[in-house]
Amino acid sequence: MCRVVDLQQAVLAKNDLCAHDLRADLAARGTVVVNLLSSPGSGKTALLEQELLLACRRGVPVAALTADLATENDALRLARSGAPVKQVLTDGLCHLEAGMLAGHLEGWLPEGTRLLFVENVGNLVCPASYDLGESLRVALASVTEGEDKPLKYPTAFGLANLVLVTKTDIAEAVGFDEELFRRHVQQVNPGVPVLLTSARTGEGAGALLDAALAVASGSPVHAPVMARQHPHQHEHGGRPDGHDHGDGHDHGDGHDHGHAHSHATAAAVPTHHS
Amino acid sequence: MHEMSIAAAVVDQVATAAAAAGVHTVDSVRLQVGELAGVVPDSLRFCFELACAGTVLEGAELVTEPVPGRARCEPCAADWAVGMPPDLCCPTCGTAAAELLAGRELQILSVHWQDEAPGREPIREPIHEER
Repeated sequence: MCRVVDLQQAVLAKNDLCAHDLRADLAARGTVVVNLLSSPGSGKTALLEQELLLACRRGVPVAALTADLATENDALRLARSGAPVKQVLTDGLCHLEAGMLAGHLEGWLPEGTRLLFVENVGNLVCPASYDLGESLRVALASVTEGEDKPLKYPTAFGLANLVLVTKTDIAEAVGFDEELFRRHVQQVNPGVPVLLTSARTGEGAGALLDAALAVASGSPVHAPVMARQHPHQHEHGGRPDGHDHGDGHDHGDGHDHGHAHSHATAAAVPTHHS
Repeated sequence: MHEMSIAAAVVDQVATAAAAAGVHTVDSVRLQVGELAGVVPDSLRFCFELACAGTVLEGAELVTEPVPGRARCEPCAADWAVGMPPDLCCPTCGTAAAELLAGRELQILSVHWQDEAPGREPIREPIHEER
């Protein structure tokens, strides 16, 4: 007998639940995750290298996990800062998922880490759909990529809590129209802060670190409009939407993020027979 | 190309629900795909077919329902189609949208399956070649 069953399950519910749990676990350990998204070659690694170095100089306990399809080049570069660094090879996979991140952190993430920077796979499409349990999501674009990048990748830029422009030292040479870029960012993510950086000249050095530390100390983050529709109707707090962080920063309170909501547990309800 | 991961998640969730209901054959799955979900339905269908192989969903059809993005303006008390690329500032007053009403869905709506375990398939004897 044929039957139509009303399943009503969010496809990413499992990832979101995992991200939610990871966020709570890490918060209990005093760690905040920063998820960095950009296209390949936008200068994520150079910028992160600079920020890690600054953090180490200031005595802020930071760590970084970098994901690539192949090579350990990025980890070698980041490790020069002296911060603990882990390279994750995704073996062809185009994005990180919360469960994968949790697995990689187990037994590695040093106790007392205040900020964990996750350098996602260089890709503006796939990583955008996956919450990694971060409290700050940053989308980066270099001045060479074209001012319409935010319009071409609206999900990546639309869900960011912070947008960073990189390689501003060559902005003039490549004719980067900053105003137009900002306008496009505002179209998909009204109100999101946009900061200018250059790892070469040091413009905006420490901006990312300061933004991350502010989040870690409980300052509210920008809540993107796109994150204000919860795509997955069965749970809460899946996205870095400003609702489920900014709290719990006096760690050690037991973190009662009791998520008694049903994620992928929606019962199969038969609707009609045919 | 995270459509493969998405397809695998759909298959996994439907297979779990089917197993819980004692179902052995799934005919089709209806999925809502928001315009801002970052998923390409054509690519998803292709991956879905591959992900179904060897499961109770083998041969099942994926029916996708597109959901256009809509946002709401608080001062104007109105909502609008955000389009693609989306414009999340109100077309009337320019204020940032108060919220996105629709467009990020990636939701399994319903599943069409065969309720009972299929009877024993007629066993097809291999055809012996004539000598």
